[in-house]
Amino acid sequence: MLQEESDLSLIIAHIVQKLKSSNLYAQLERQAWGSWEKRILKSLNSMCSELSIPLARKRPVGEQKELLSKWNEMGTDEPDLSLFRPVYAPKDFLEVLINLRNPNYENGDSLSFRTHLGLIQVPLKVKDIPELKEFFVELSLNTGQLGIDDSTQVPPELFENEHVRIGQKVLAEEDSAAAQQYVRQGSPTALRAELWALILNISSQPEDALYYEQLKTNVIQHDLLVDSLIYKDVKLTASNDDYYFVFEDYLYQVLLCFSRDTSVLGHFAYNSASPPKSYIRGKLGLEEYAVFYPPNGVIPFHGFSMYVAPLCFLYHEPFKLYQMFREMYVRFFFRLHSISSHPSGIVSLCLLFETLLQTYLPQLFYHLREIGAQPLRISFKWMVRAFSGYLATDQLLLLWDRILGYNSLEILAVLAAAVFAFRAVNLMEVTSLAAAEAVLADLSTLKVMPLLQIFLFATVT
Amino acid sequence: MAGKVKWVTDIEKSVLINNFEKRGWVQVSENEDWNFYWMSVQTIRNVFSVETGYRLSDDQIVNHFPNHYELTRKDLMVKNIKRYRKELEKECSPLAEKDENGKYLYLDFVPVTYMLPADYNLFVEEFRKSSSSTWIMKPCGKAQGKGIFLINKLSQIKKWSRDSKTSTFVSQSSKEAYVISLYINNPLLIGGRKFDLRLYVLVSTYRPLRCYMYKLGFCRFCTVKYSPSTSELDNMFVHLTNVAIQKHGDDYNHIHGGKWTVSNLRLYLESTRGREVTSKLFDEIHWIIVQSLKAVAPVMNNDKHCFECYGYDIIIDDRLKPWLIEVNASPSLTSSTANDRILKYNLINDTLNIAVPNGEIPDCKWNKSPPKEVLGNYEILYDEELAQGDGADRDLRSRPGQSLGPKGSRSRDSGRSVLTTWK
Repeated sequence: MLQEESDLSLIIAHIVQKLKSSNLYAQLERQAWGSWEKRILKSLNSMCSELSIPLARKRPVGEQKELLSKWNEMGTDEPDLSLFRPVYAPKDFLEVLINLRNPNYENGDSLSFRTHLGLIQVPLKVKDIPELKEFFVELSLNTGQLGIDDSTQVPPELFENEHVRIGQKVLAEEDSAAAQQYVRQGSPTALRAELWALILNISSQPEDALYYEQLKTNVIQHDLLVDSLIYKDVKLTASNDDYYFVFEDYLYQVLLCFSRDTSVLGHFAYNSASPPKSYIRGKLGLEEYAVFYPPNGVIPFHGFSMYVAPLCFLYHEPFKLYQMFREMYVRFFFRLHSISSHPSGIVSLCLLFETLLQTYLPQLFYHLREIGAQPLRISFKWMVRAFSGYLATDQLLLLWDRILGYNSLEILAVLAAAVFAFRAVNLMEVTSLAAAEAVLADLSTLKVMPLLQIFLFATVT
Repeated sequence: MAGKVKWVTDIEKSVLINNFEKRGWVQVSENEDWNFYWMSVQTIRNVFSVETGYRLSDDQIVNHFPNHYELTRKDLMVKNIKRYRKELEKECSPLAEKDENGKYLYLDFVPVTYMLPADYNLFVEEFRKSSSSTWIMKPCGKAQGKGIFLINKLSQIKKWSRDSKTSTFVSQSSKEAYVISLYINNPLLIGGRKFDLRLYVLVSTYRPLRCYMYKLGFCRFCTVKYSPSTSELDNMFVHLTNVAIQKHGDDYNHIHGGKWTVSNLRLYLESTRGREVTSKLFDEIHWIIVQSLKAVAPVMNNDKHCFECYGYDIIIDDRLKPWLIEVNASPSLTSSTANDRILKYNLINDTLNIAVPNGEIPDCKWNKSPPKEVLGNYEILYDEELAQGDGADRDLRSRPGQSLGPKGSRSRDSGRSVLTTWK
C-alpha cells in the first residue's frame, strides 16, 4: 500500500469519526456539563490549596534524574498519597445524570416516557430489542461466535479453525473495514492485538515513537497534581486486581504521558464537554492566561486506570500500549464519563439499560425498585468502566471485540441487562439494596457471549 | 459394614481438616486404628523406617511414598534424571537424542547441576568455562527458599573447596549438602517481573505410572522488578519467588498475593506471542513433569498404601523454554489470600476424591482407576496403562497437553514423533 494511500485512509477514518457524533441536545449538554465541570474543578482546586501543592511545577534536576532512572518501576517508590482523594467516583457522576432534566421537555410529549420508572429522566431515543437484534445480527444463534463455539466441547472444525483462517487473511490484506466486520464474531486470542490495531488504524511510525518520547520527557520535567491522582487511582484499583497487578508500572507510564498529551484535546471537537481550564497564578479570569488543565483536558476519576489495564494483556511495549489506549479513549471511553445525547454516550446507555429491564423484565424491575435498589445504581459502575475489573479478562476482551466491531458502546447496556436477567431468580428474593449488590458483586465467572445471545435472541419478548 | 473413615493428621491446616469433616470422617489419634493419615514428611520417615516402622494394613492410606525424596530432594532428583538419561542413551532410545552441541534435545530440562562438596572439582571446571555466569546454591534438605544464595565468584564458596580436598572430611549430614545449579538469569519477565510456576501433580501409582495434573496452577511473581545486575545478586526479593520470602517485602499485597492463574499466563502469552509457541510451551511443561516421574519410577517404592500430591516448581526463560527447578513433597497448605484458600481447599477435595474413592474406608488393593466424574479440577496427565493400550488413538487422553488448557494442543507433530515411544 502506498504511503499516501494509507495516510489518506487514515485521514478519512478520522473525519468519519467526527461526523458521526450527533448534537441534538447541545444546549442541555453544555449546561449540564458546565455545572459538573465547575464542581470537579472546584474539587481539584480545593485539594490543591488544602495540600498546598501547585497544580503544576517544574521538577528540580536531581528529581528529574531520579525519575528517569526509575521510569520502569514507578510502582515501587510510592509517595505519600494518604491525603489525596479521587476527584470523583462513578457514583458522584451518576447523581449528576439522575438530575438531568431537559428544559424543553413537556409532560405531554412522550406517553411511553411518562411511564419510565428508572432514574434517568432525559427522553433520548434508544433501541428496543427488535432493533438491537438487527443491529447485532452477527451475534445471533445461528452465527458462530468466539466465546461460545470455541469451547472445549465443540470440535474446532465446526467454526474455530475457519474463523482463525479468515482472521489471518484479513490481517494479511490489511483491510481495516473487514477487520471491524470480522471481530463482531470475536477475535482469536493470538490475532487480537493486530486486529485491534488494524481496526483503529494504528500503525507504529517513527514519529509516533518520537511523540511518546516527548511526552515522557514532559513527565520527567514537570510534576502535575494530576499525577498524584493517577498514582492513587492505580494503587487503589489495578494494583489490587488479580489480573492487572502485574502491569502496574506500565499503567503509570501510559497515564502520566496521557495527561500531558495535548493531541487528546482534539476529541473535544466532537465531545459536547469542554476541557477544564485553569489560570496562571494571579491571572484568574483573564483568557490570555488560561491553560487547559491537565494538558489533555481529562481529569481522571476513581477507576480511570482500568481503561488501560486490559490492554496490557495485548501490548507489552509501552509506546504501542500508549497509542492503542489513546485511540480507544478518544473513540470510545470518553463517552462513558461525559454528558451527551450520543447513542453511545453514558446517558443513552443508562437509559437503554433501564428501558430494557423495565420492558422485558418488568417484575424484576418493579421488585428492585420497591426495595430501594434501582438497578442502575448497581450497573452504572460496570458500564462506566466498560466492565473492566468486573469480568474475567478473557471475557472482557471478547466484549471489547464487539465494541470495536460495532463501533458502539451499546453492548455494555445490553450486557448489563443480560446479567440482571441471568441472576433474576436470586434477585427476586432479596429485600435490600445491599443484598442486591451482594448477588451481583462477583461477575468473574460469567461467560459474556452466551449471556448476550440468550438475552437478545432466545428470550421470549 | 460401612464405617466412617478414621483420619489423623499432624499438619494443622484448615483446608485439610475442613475437607475431612465435610466428608463426615472421624478424627482419631495415631495410636488408634486409623484409615487415612495425612502426614508430614518427618512422620512418613518414621512409618517406613527400619527401626520405628510398622506394617500398614489394607484399609490404611497415607499421603506420601516411602522414598519420595528420590524426587523431592534436589540432589537426588538431579541424580535420578541423569541416570534416566544415560539409560535411555544406552538403549539408543530416540528420546535421548542430542543436538550438535551434545545437549539433549528432549531431556534437557534441568539446569546444569552439581552436588557439593562431592562434585566440587567438576563444578569448578564447568564454572571456568562460562566465566560470567551466575550460579545458585541451594541446601538439599531445606524449603521455602531458606539458605539459598547466588554466587558469581568461586571465592564465594570457598568452604566447599577446602572441604572437598581434605580426605578427613566427615560424611556429610544431609543438612550440609548443597546443590549448585546454573542460574537462569534470563527468566521470562512479565511486567518486568520474574515469576515461577507452581503446578500440582497427583501420583496414585508409579508402576504403572498414573498421574494427574491440577488445572488450577499459579504463577508467583516477585514484588520487585527483575535485574540481572550483579549489584542485586543479594536481593532475594528480586530472585526468589517463594511466597515465604516475598511476603516480607514492602510491596507484598494481601489481596492477590502476587499470584496469577495459569490461565492468565496462557491468555497473556497467546495474545502477545501467538498460539503455536504457547501451546508448545505448555506441552513441554507437561512433558518434563512426566519425564521426571518416569525417571524416578524404577527406584520408587510403589507401596500400594501410598499416593502423593507434589508441588512442581517450573521457571520459563525468555526463549519460552521451561525448566524444572524442584519438586516439593509437602506443598504449602497455608493460604496467603482468599483465592488461595479456595484453591487449596478444592485441591485437597479433589485429591481426596481420587485417593479415597467415594469417601469410604479404603482398600489399598483397588485398581486406582477412578471414574472420570470424580477428577474435579484434575486431568489425567499420563496413564501408563492406557498408553500401552492399542493404537495412538486410545492414547489421546493420556498425552500431555491434549486434554489440558483451553483447547489442548492440536499440532504436536513437528519433531515430536518420538512421543509414540511413550508406550
